[in-house]
Amino acid sequence: MDISNEVYRALGLSDKEYQRIIDILKREPTPTELAMFSVEWSEHCGYPRSRNWLKLLPKRGKYQTLIGEDSGGIIIDDLAVIFKMESHNHPSQVEPKQGAATGVGGIIRDIFTTGAQPIASLNSLRFGALQDSYNRYLLTGVVDGIQFYGNCLGVPTVGGEIYFDESYTGNCLVNAMSIGIAKKDKLVRARASGVGNSIMYVGASTGRDGIGGCSVLASQEFKEDEEKRPTVQIGDPFTEKCLIEATLEALATGHIVGIKDMGAAGLTCSTSEMASAGESGVEIELQLVPRREANMEPWEVMMSESQERMLLCVKKGKEKEVEKIFTKWDLNAIVIGKVTENGIVRIKDKGKVVAEIETRALTDAPVYDMPYIKPDYLDRLNRLDINTLPEPEDYNKVLLKLLGSPSISSKEWVYEQYDHMVQTNTVVLPGSDAAVLRLKGTNKAIAATTDCNSRYCYLNPYRGAQIAVAEAARNLVCSGAEPAALTDCLNFGNPEKPDRFWQFKSCIEGIADTCKFFNIPVVSGNVSFYNESPKGAIYPTPTIGMIGILDDIKKICTQYFKREKETIVLLGTCKEELGGSEYLKQIHRLIKGDAPDLNLQLEQGVQHTALEAITKGLASSAHDCSEGGLAVALAECCISNKENMIGAVIDGLIFDLRKNALLFGESQSRIVLSCSKEFVDKIRDIAKRNKVPFQIIGQTGGKEFRILDDRGEVINLPLRKISEKWASSLQSIIMV
Amino acid sequence: MRFGVVVFPGSNCDQDCFYVIKDILNQPVKHIWHKDKRLDNFDCIVLPGGFSYGDYLRTGAIAMFSPIMERISEFTRKGKVVIGICNGFQILLEAGLLPGAMLRNKNLHFICKYVYIRTENSQTPFTNLCKKNQILKIPIAHNEGNYYIDEEGLRKLKRSSQIVFRYCSREDKTTSEFNPNGAIDNIAGIINKKGNVLGMMPHPERSSESVLGSNDGLLVFKSIIKWLESR
Repeated sequence: MDISNEVYRALGLSDKEYQRIIDILKREPTPTELAMFSVEWSEHCGYPRSRNWLKLLPKRGKYQTLIGEDSGGIIIDDLAVIFKMESHNHPSQVEPKQGAATGVGGIIRDIFTTGAQPIASLNSLRFGALQDSYNRYLLTGVVDGIQFYGNCLGVPTVGGEIYFDESYTGNCLVNAMSIGIAKKDKLVRARASGVGNSIMYVGASTGRDGIGGCSVLASQEFKEDEEKRPTVQIGDPFTEKCLIEATLEALATGHIVGIKDMGAAGLTCSTSEMASAGESGVEIELQLVPRREANMEPWEVMMSESQERMLLCVKKGKEKEVEKIFTKWDLNAIVIGKVTENGIVRIKDKGKVVAEIETRALTDAPVYDMPYIKPDYLDRLNRLDINTLPEPEDYNKVLLKLLGSPSISSKEWVYEQYDHMVQTNTVVLPGSDAAVLRLKGTNKAIAATTDCNSRYCYLNPYRGAQIAVAEAARNLVCSGAEPAALTDCLNFGNPEKPDRFWQFKSCIEGIADTCKFFNIPVVSGNVSFYNESPKGAIYPTPTIGMIGILDDIKKICTQYFKREKETIVLLGTCKEELGGSEYLKQIHRLIKGDAPDLNLQLEQGVQHTALEAITKGLASSAHDCSEGGLAVALAECCISNKENMIGAVIDGLIFDLRKNALLFGESQSRIVLSCSKEFVDKIRDIAKRNKVPFQIIGQTGGKEFRILDDRGEVINLPLRKISEKWASSLQSIIMV
Repeated sequence: MRFGVVVFPGSNCDQDCFYVIKDILNQPVKHIWHKDKRLDNFDCIVLPGGFSYGDYLRTGAIAMFSPIMERISEFTRKGKVVIGICNGFQILLEAGLLPGAMLRNKNLHFICKYVYIRTENSQTPFTNLCKKNQILKIPIAHNEGNYYIDEEGLRKLKRSSQIVFRYCSREDKTTSEFNPNGAIDNIAGIINKKGNVLGMMPHPERSSESVLGSNDGLLVFKSIIKWLESR
C-alpha cells in the first residue's frame, strides 16, 4: 500500500524522516509501522531536537543518583527517593479537567512503575490573565482535574505554584510532579529481558482515546479553530488506585522482570522501549489486547493513549500468580506476547505480522542540530531607566495591590481543594516556601518545591533559568532542607523557530551552570516544545522541581513569624533593580528591563547562613524574597499563619536606594529571618563567616505591618486588611 | 485481634489508620479485605476514608454491597464497636447503620483543612477520654460531608444524645461561618442509638501526632481502647 505524504505529515513526520524510515526498513512502512515511528520520533518521546542540549545537564551530586528510563532519583541511606515532573499542556488547554487529571495520573504511573510508593504530588500551573473568561475556565478546570484524580488516588498534592501572564493565553501550562519512595534494593527497571519471558498487559482496556496525543497534540503549535478534543485522554483515578495497589503487590512477589507505563505513545512506546532497554526483542499479538471499542485498526491499538494501562515482563511460569493479584483488584491481566532474542519488535494481528522493526531504529530517534539566534527584541526590552518611573504617592496602596495580584495572592482556594494530608507525612502544609514530608520510620524528612519566574526567562533566558534553580534551592533552605537534586520540565515555543530555540538553549545552559556550581544533579525531566498560540510563543518556562533533605525532622522551619518581640534580620543585598518585577507589571503595566542580577557565590553564602541558623535552632522563621520583593515577603511573614498573625515594625532599612526598588524590587539571594534577641549575634557571626551582608531591619509584634524611613511611616496597614486582600483576591477574581 | 481496618477497592486512609493503631498506640491490628466472609475475633472495626469504588454512583453506595458489610451489620448487632471515618461514615449511612445522608459540600468543592469540632457527647466508647464540650483540632478532607437528616430525625438525634461532634471555631462558636460543608446543625459526627457505631467526617488518624499539627485525634482511638479494656 502506498502512503501519501499527507498521511505521514498528518502524523507529524517530515519528508526527510519518512525517507529515513524507508531507508531503515528498505521498503515502505506498513500503516502500523508508520504510526509507531511517528510517535517514537516525536519530540515528546524521542527528544530529536533537544537531546544534544540535554547532555549538558549534570547527573551527579552529593547524593548517589539513579537515572531510570522514565524517572530518576537519589539514594538516602537505604531509601530511594524517585521523582519527576512532566507537562500536560496541550491536553489541558483543549480539555482542562481531563488534561490535568491525566497529567497527574501519568506522572504518578512513572513513579510507581519503578516500584516506588507515590508519596506526594506538586504542580506548576500557568495561565493567561483571569479577566479572560476562558482562562478562568482553564484554571478552575485544571484545579478540578488535579483534585479529582489526586484526591481519589490518595496521593497528597502538597505544593506547587500558579502564575498568570498574558503569554499563556491560548497555551496554558500544566506541569505535574510526583515523588515516590522505595527500599533501594526493591527498584525495578522498564525493561524486557530473558528470552521466553511473558509480556503481560495489565489495567484498563484500550480505546480510541488519546490517539496521536504525543505526536499530533504535543508536538505542534495550536492554530485557530482546530478541533483536537479527540486526542485528549480520559482519566479514571479509581482504576489507577487499584493499579497502584496491584502493581506494588505484584512487584513484591519478585516475579516481575520489568514494567512500563503505557502513557505517551501507549503500546508502541512500552513495547519498543522495554525491548530496547533490555537489549532484547518483543513479539505481541494485538487480538489479545483487551478493548473497549469494536473494530479498532492495528495502528489505532498501537497508538492509543488510553490511561491506566501497563506492560509487564513476567518470569516464565509465574504468569498465573501475577494474574491472580490483578484479578483480585478487578483488573485485566493478559499475556499478549513474549520476549525474543532478535532485537526486533514484531506486532501481529490475527497471526499476521503488521509491524516488524528493529528496536533500536524506533528508539534512536533522529537528532537535529537546530539553528538558533538571539531575538532582536531583547535589547529593546532590556532597556529600562528606573529613574523615569514616578515614585508611588501611596505605598500602602501599592503593597495592597501587589498582595492582591493573582500571582502573589494566597493560593488557599486552590490547595484547600487538594487532599494534602493523606498518608500523614505532610509536616509542613501548603502555604510556606516548600512542602515538607517526613519519611516514616526514620528521623528524616524531604522538602519539595517547584519554581520558575518565566518573566525573568523571557527577559534573560540564561539568568532566568539560573534564578529558577537558585530560588528553588533557597525555598528548600528556608524550610530547613539541604537542596539535593532536581527534575526539570522545559516548556518552550516552536523549536523550529531559531529565536525560540535560542531561548531553549540559553535556559539549558543556565540550569546546567547553576547546577554544577551548587552540585545539584538533574535526575529526570521532560521537554515540551510547540507551546504557541496564534499570538506567539509562551515565555520560556524551565520549571524546576527540587528535592531537599532534612537530616533531623525537628529542625523544620516555616516562613511565618512565630512570636512577638523577635528580631527581624535580612540576609543578602538589596539592589536598585526593578526589571521584570511584579511591581512594574502591576503598577506601571510594563514588562521590561533585565532579570535581577544573580551572584552565585553570594547566593550560596546566603543559603548556607540561613540553613546553619535553622539547623542550629537559632532562627524562628525564614522566608525567601521573591515576587513583590522585600515588602511583600515581610507582609507574608506576618499573615501567612492565619491562626496566629503577628505584626512587624520595620525601622532598620537603609534607604539609600530608590524607595520603590528597595521595597518592591526583586533582588535575588535575600532571606528574611526572625529570631529571639539572644541569637542575633550568633546569626551575625554565621553570616560574617559566609561573607554575607547581615542587617537587623526591625522587630515582630503588634497588629500592624509598618515600614518606616528616617522621615516617618512609609507603610502602615492593619494585619486584618492585608490578610483579607491577600487571602481573598484569587477567589474573588474567579467567582466573578 | 483488637482492631480490624477494612480495605475496599479505593480506600486510601486504611494505611493511615493502621499506622496510628499499630505504630502510635501499639495495638494489635489487621487489614480486612472487603470480600472476606468472616469477621472473627475483632473488638473494633474501622471503616477508613478514601474513595471506595471511586465514589462512583454515590459515595459509599457500591461499598455497602461488599460481602463484608453483612458481617459488619451482624458485628454491630452484637454490640461491638465500629467507627467509620469520612468515606467510612458515608458507607455506614448507605448501609443504614446510621441515620441520615450526605450531600455535596455547600461550596461544591472538595475541602481539605484543619477544623475544630466540639465534643457534644463524651459518654460514648469513642469519646470517653474527652471532656464534655472539649474542642478538638482535626482535619477534614471530603467532597460530600454536608450531613442531612429530616427534622424528625434531627429531633431524635438530639433527644438521645446521638450528636457526638459539631463543627465550631477555636473559640467554641458554632455559627455557620465555622461550618465548613453546610452540614445540618454543624454536625460532624453521630452515633447510632445503641451507641456502638460512630460515623465522623473529620480524620482523627491525621491528627494523632503533634508533628502533623495536632494529636487531638488520639483521644478518639484511646477512648476506644479504654472502653474495650473496661469490658
